[in-house]
Amino acid sequence: MQFDPFIIPFNIGLYFILIYAVARSIIWFRALSRPDKLRLQRGFFGRAFGQSIKEIFLESLIHRKILKTNFRLGYMHMSLAFGWFLLILFGTIEADVFGESHLNSPYKAIFFKFFNPVHGRMGIEAAYGFLMDFILAFILSGLILAVIKRFWSPVVGMKRTTKLKPLDKVALTSLWLIFPSRLLAESFTSGAYGTGSFLTGTLGSALASFLPAIEMAYPFWWLYSLSLGTFFVLLPLTRYMHIPTELFLIFARNSGIRTGDQPGAFQEMQIYSCSSCGICIDACQLNFSAGIINIQSAYLLKGLRNETDVSNIADNCLMCGRCDQKCPVGIELTPIRMNARRITETPVSNPGLLKRYFPDHSFNIRSKPATSPSYNWLPETDPAKADVIYFAGCMTHLTPAIKIAMKKILEASGVNYNFIDEDGGVCCGRPLMLAGQDREARELINYNSRAIWKSGAKILVTSCPICYKVFRESYYLDVEILHHTQFIRRLILEGSIKLNFLRKTIAYHTPCELGRRSGVYDDPKRVLMHVARLLKTGFDDENSLCCGGSLGNTRISYQQKNKIASDAAAELTKDNPDILATACPLCKKTFAGATETKVADIAEIVAEALVIQDPVKNTSEKKLSRLKATAII
Amino acid sequence: MEKFGFSILKARHINYDSNDKSIAEYISEREPSFRICIECGCCTATCTTGNFTRFSLRELQILLKRGENESVREVINKCMLCGKCTLACPRGVNTRNVILLAREAFQKRLKNAV
Repeated sequence: MQFDPFIIPFNIGLYFILIYAVARSIIWFRALSRPDKLRLQRGFFGRAFGQSIKEIFLESLIHRKILKTNFRLGYMHMSLAFGWFLLILFGTIEADVFGESHLNSPYKAIFFKFFNPVHGRMGIEAAYGFLMDFILAFILSGLILAVIKRFWSPVVGMKRTTKLKPLDKVALTSLWLIFPSRLLAESFTSGAYGTGSFLTGTLGSALASFLPAIEMAYPFWWLYSLSLGTFFVLLPLTRYMHIPTELFLIFARNSGIRTGDQPGAFQEMQIYSCSSCGICIDACQLNFSAGIINIQSAYLLKGLRNETDVSNIADNCLMCGRCDQKCPVGIELTPIRMNARRITETPVSNPGLLKRYFPDHSFNIRSKPATSPSYNWLPETDPAKADVIYFAGCMTHLTPAIKIAMKKILEASGVNYNFIDEDGGVCCGRPLMLAGQDREARELINYNSRAIWKSGAKILVTSCPICYKVFRESYYLDVEILHHTQFIRRLILEGSIKLNFLRKTIAYHTPCELGRRSGVYDDPKRVLMHVARLLKTGFDDENSLCCGGSLGNTRISYQQKNKIASDAAAELTKDNPDILATACPLCKKTFAGATETKVADIAEIVAEALVIQDPVKNTSEKKLSRLKATAII
Repeated sequence: MEKFGFSILKARHINYDSNDKSIAEYISEREPSFRICIECGCCTATCTTGNFTRFSLRELQILLKRGENESVREVINKCMLCGKCTLACPRGVNTRNVILLAREAFQKRLKNAV
C-alpha cells in the first residue's frame, strides 16, 4: 500500500467536489419545470448526448470560440483546461500501466512520481516522461499568460479584465500554485533520483546541484496536494464553479432548454457557467464609448451569483445583444438581464456557509408589485378592413419621412392596405417590457391585438424593429408579421414595384432589434443591393454596433448616448458612403445628429428609386393578365 | 396701488404648507437631468398618450417640482414609456427614467420608504 499523509488534503478536496457536483446536479434537475425535465430525459437518449460530448470537447477543453475571437486568450484557457485534462488522462494511464497495480485511486496518478521516483530512466518510460513534461510545460505556458493578464490584460489582447472578489482571489492563488508546485515537487524528486525528462529532469538536476533535493521535495508535494485540495473545496463558492456547471449547461441547452421569461434552474446554471472571462466587457459599447465599466454581463451574473442588489446593473444596458453574440459559453445574457429587470431589488443578504454552498436563488425572486391598470383610457377602434395593415410605430411618427416613403411604396404596389396608426397609435408594449413591466405591457398588447384582428388583415407591416420583435414574440396573432424591409423585398421579387438603380454608395447599419434580437440580416441588405452599391462596414450582421439610442437603457445620460452614437457613426462612415442607411426610426433619429453623412431609412431610399407607374394602368394591366390566364384555362 | 383688472386665481395659489417635495427630490437625486427641464412642453406635444387623453408630462413635472404629488400619483401610470418624449426633449432630460422613478417613489412611499 502506497500512502503518505500529504495526500489527505487532495483526497478530501476531490471526494468533496465529486459528491458536491452530484448533489448540485440533482438539485438543478429537480428545480427544472416538467417540460424541461422531459426535454432533458429525451436529450439523454437522443442526439443531444453526442452533440454535447462534441461540444464539451471543443468548447470546454479546446475553447474553440475563444481561440477564434482572440488567439492568445484562447490559448491561455486551452492550455489550462485541455492541458490539465491531458495531464489527468495520461497520468491515469501512466499509473495504470507502470504502477504497481491497475485501477488505482486517483491520488496515485496525481502523485505518481512521488510513489515511483525511480520510474522513467530509459526506454518507453523516458518517452512517456517526455510526454508528461511536455503537457506540464504546455499548462505552465498558459499559466504564465494568466498571471501576467491579471496585472496587465493587454498581454492577451484584452483591454479590460474582470475584477475579483476576495474568495476568488484565494481560489485563484491556489489554482496558480497547483502547477508550479507540481513542477518543483517533481523536479526535486527527479533531481534526487536522476530521473525526469527535459523539464523536470533538467530543472531537478540544476536544483539538486546546490540544494538537498529529497528534503526539499517533500514540502512541495505537500504544497501541491494542499493547493489542489483548497481549490476543490473553494470551487463552489467561486467563479471556478463554471468548470463543472458548463458540462451540465451544454447538455441542457442541446436538449432544447431555453431561459424563458422567468428565472429558474436553467438560468441558474447559466449564471454559474460564466467564467468571468471578460469578453463581454470588451464587446460592450458602454465600456468602449461611454466609459461605463461596472455593468457588463459578467458583473450582472456575478451579482446574481452572490445575491447582491443588481438593479443598477440590470437597468444600465442598451440591450443590444453584442455580448450574447460574443459569449464563448453561449449564455443567453440579454434574456437573463430581462429577467433581472422583472424582479424588484433583492435585499443584500449575508448567508451562512451551508447557504453559500447550496444557495436558494428562487427564494429571492418576487415579481414587481402590480400597479393598478393604467390604460383604461384607450379608445375603442374600428379599423377599416384591408389585406395588409401598416403599423408605423411611435418612433416612425417622429421621423415622418419614413412613413411618407412607406405610403408612397404601398400606393405604388397597388396592394389593398390600411395605415392603422396614421393618426397616432398605441405603443406596441416593448418599451414597457424593457423596463420590466410585463403586466402593463400586456394591456397594450391586448388592445393592439384586438385592433389587428378587427382589420381582418393577412399581413402586418411595421417600420419599427422594436414593434417587429414584440409583434412576433409576444402577440398571439394569426397574421404574418413583416418588417418593412422584408415586405419591400417581397414586393420587388413579385414585381409589384419597379426600382431605378441609384448611383450611390450606401453603408448599412443593422439595428439591434432587427438583427441580433430578431435574426433579420439578409432582407434589408438585398433591398439595398437592388437599388444602390452596398459597402462593407466591418460591423455587419452579428457584429453590428448599437446606435446608442436604445430604449433598453434608462440610466445613461443624453451626453453618453451621443458619444455612443457618434463613435458608432464614425465607424460606419469610415469609407465615406453617400448615405448611411438603417432600418429603424430610432437608429435614424439617433444617427442623424451624430454624423455629417446623410442618414436615411431603407424605405426612403426605395421610395426615391421608385419608378412611378400609372396606377390605373397598373391595375388594369393586372386585371388583363388575370383575364388572359383564365382564358387559357 | 394700480388696479390692473386681474388677480391670481384661487386654483393657482401654491400652498407650501401642504406641499411635499420629497418625490421631486427622490427623482432629481437619481436622475439629475430632471432639474434641467425648462418646461417647454416638447414632451407633451409629441406624447402618444397625450394623443388620446389630457396627459401632459410637462404639467406633471411642474406639479412634482411644486410638491403637489396627489394630482400626479394616478395620472403618471397612464404613460406607455414609448420614449418619444426623450427623443424630442431639447434639453436632453431622460424623461423615461423620470417617469419610472416617479412611479417607484410613489410605490415606495406607500411603504413609508421615502
